[in-house]
Amino acid sequence: MIEVKGIAKRFGAVEALKEVSFVARDGRITGLLGPNGAGKSTCLRVICNVLRPDSGAATVDSIDVVADPLNIRRRLGVLPHSAGLYPQLTARENIRYFGQLHGVARETLEPRIDSLIERLELNEIADRRAKGFSQGERTKVALARALVHEPSHLLLDEPSNGLDVIATRSLRGWLNELRLDGKCIVLSSHIMQEVTALCDDIVIMAHGRVVAEGTAEDLKHRFGQASLEDIFVETVGHP
Amino acid sequence: MSRPLLTVCRKEIVENSRDRRAILSILFIGPILVPALWAFMINVSASRTFLGGDEPVSVPTVGQELAPNLIDFLNRRGIEASDELGSVDEAIQAVADGTHDVALIIEPDFAENFRAGGDARVTVVFDQSRATTLADTRRVQAALESYAQQLSALRLQARGISPLVLRPITIDQYDVSTAASRSVLILGVLSYLLVVSTMMGGFYLAIDSTAGERERGSLEPLLTAPATRAELMLGKLAATVFYMLLSLALTVTGFAIAIRFAPLEALGMSSGFNVVMAAKIVLIVAPIAPLGAALMVLIASFTRTYKEAQTYLGLTLLVPTLPLIVASVLSVRPSLELMLIPSLSQHLLITQIISAEPLNGVHVLLSVFCTLAASAVLAVLATRLYSSEKLLG
Repeated sequence: MIEVKGIAKRFGAVEALKEVSFVARDGRITGLLGPNGAGKSTCLRVICNVLRPDSGAATVDSIDVVADPLNIRRRLGVLPHSAGLYPQLTARENIRYFGQLHGVARETLEPRIDSLIERLELNEIADRRAKGFSQGERTKVALARALVHEPSHLLLDEPSNGLDVIATRSLRGWLNELRLDGKCIVLSSHIMQEVTALCDDIVIMAHGRVVAEGTAEDLKHRFGQASLEDIFVETVGHP
Repeated sequence: MSRPLLTVCRKEIVENSRDRRAILSILFIGPILVPALWAFMINVSASRTFLGGDEPVSVPTVGQELAPNLIDFLNRRGIEASDELGSVDEAIQAVADGTHDVALIIEPDFAENFRAGGDARVTVVFDQSRATTLADTRRVQAALESYAQQLSALRLQARGISPLVLRPITIDQYDVSTAASRSVLILGVLSYLLVVSTMMGGFYLAIDSTAGERERGSLEPLLTAPATRAELMLGKLAATVFYMLLSLALTVTGFAIAIRFAPLEALGMSSGFNVVMAAKIVLIVAPIAPLGAALMVLIASFTRTYKEAQTYLGLTLLVPTLPLIVASVLSVRPSLELMLIPSLSQHLLITQIISAEPLNGVHVLLSVFCTLAASAVLAVLATRLYSSEKLLG
């Protein structure tokens, strides 16, 4: 479970996050929905301790992310917004590197990489250097890389970015499988349809704040299908 | 060493080994191109300043039948007049287009004027813009001048006047420079090339593991791995040091071969460059590797893009020359204080090794210690910088 309690983060004059709080439960997909610049990426970066919050706290399984960052990172699989690969390494080597960094033992690591390659349909490119990979291939390898240490929690920053329809559909399939495995998944997106189609819980963010949250059903019930889009547009238009 | 550190180091070594540019610079530029250029440079400079005067030189001469005594005189000085060029124009053309280094023209009225005790003329044709030909030109000029002087002495004596009348002051020269001090520049270049070649070995890796990693967006995933920033940074530094040492060892090997083709004896240096000397040089320069690695990674960490990093690191390669410039201007001797300065201390010690002078143990220890201490300081700074949030941009 991931809990975010009143985190604030400022970059110079820009207040990226103002008192953001939400909870992401295990076995569910939580979607951070918001326009560009709403603070979704910053929020995810605070949870994986790449950035330190100015105030407030984030916990993973009730462990404070600032207090024990290495322990937290072992529990988290992260697909950042810029999921860059090492161009001189093959897909398999890219995945293996992160497995080794996570300290996965060799005997477990190799079969696990094989099964990830199988599951994400990476067989054809597994032993090719990442130099010429398409955006979709890169995202898949980055996802495999984020899953290689079998984390209990998954943070995905705009995972469908640059993916075509088919790839997006398979991504949804994998995320549903991971949810059934009982993982706690947080993803960010600026596409409302995607979030409503995939997420159990939705947190709508704008201008560094949470403006609405609840289950998809909840929100639909509360605001109606059309007005969900309305809140979205309204908060963007009027800061 | 911790596990993440080793993992990072191993991965950087593998990745860099697949970077064609990096490998080209480590395997070709450092060990082959640089020593070859160096040996060539020494050959040129030796032939210009130290050699010459021994070997006979053939100088095409127009009109040699007009001055048989002069030709004889030149011959005794190792200057052989040849008659391959028939006319003045031909001689000028031959020197201008570089087929001959220097030519001599004896004017048609030479014999006449000579007998009359008047203005007998010879012309030396040379090309000042071609530095390699100047030694021969000077030889010819000197020989002609001494012939003229000899003649004037004879003529004065024939008239009962002492030739000293025309030479009120005799100038003697006493040069106290040693062969080693004359070759400061050449040795300075050698140690500079070694230092630069060492640093070049880690050039691309230093960029790739900092600015490159950021530019292609692999830095953020890396920072989410359960490794401390210090482990990540030190792993990258260790890989950079590995390639720098590799480059150093290969470059010294290259120099050991090139040195056989360099006329070091003419420069007064020991030519017996052996394995022990090479090993000593590698050990003396080795501490430059961590210093260079830390410096380059530190500077590359400030930059935003690969290109920007390339520009700054190119300038960084000039940093180790600064002490060497000071050394060549002041022509300093090894001393305790100078061993505190990285790059300069290596330069002074390498010079001693090549001149086969004994090394001072304290000097060596101090040089190694100070260079390593400076590396440690820079490595700590680089780690600090790597821990900064600004890193992600």
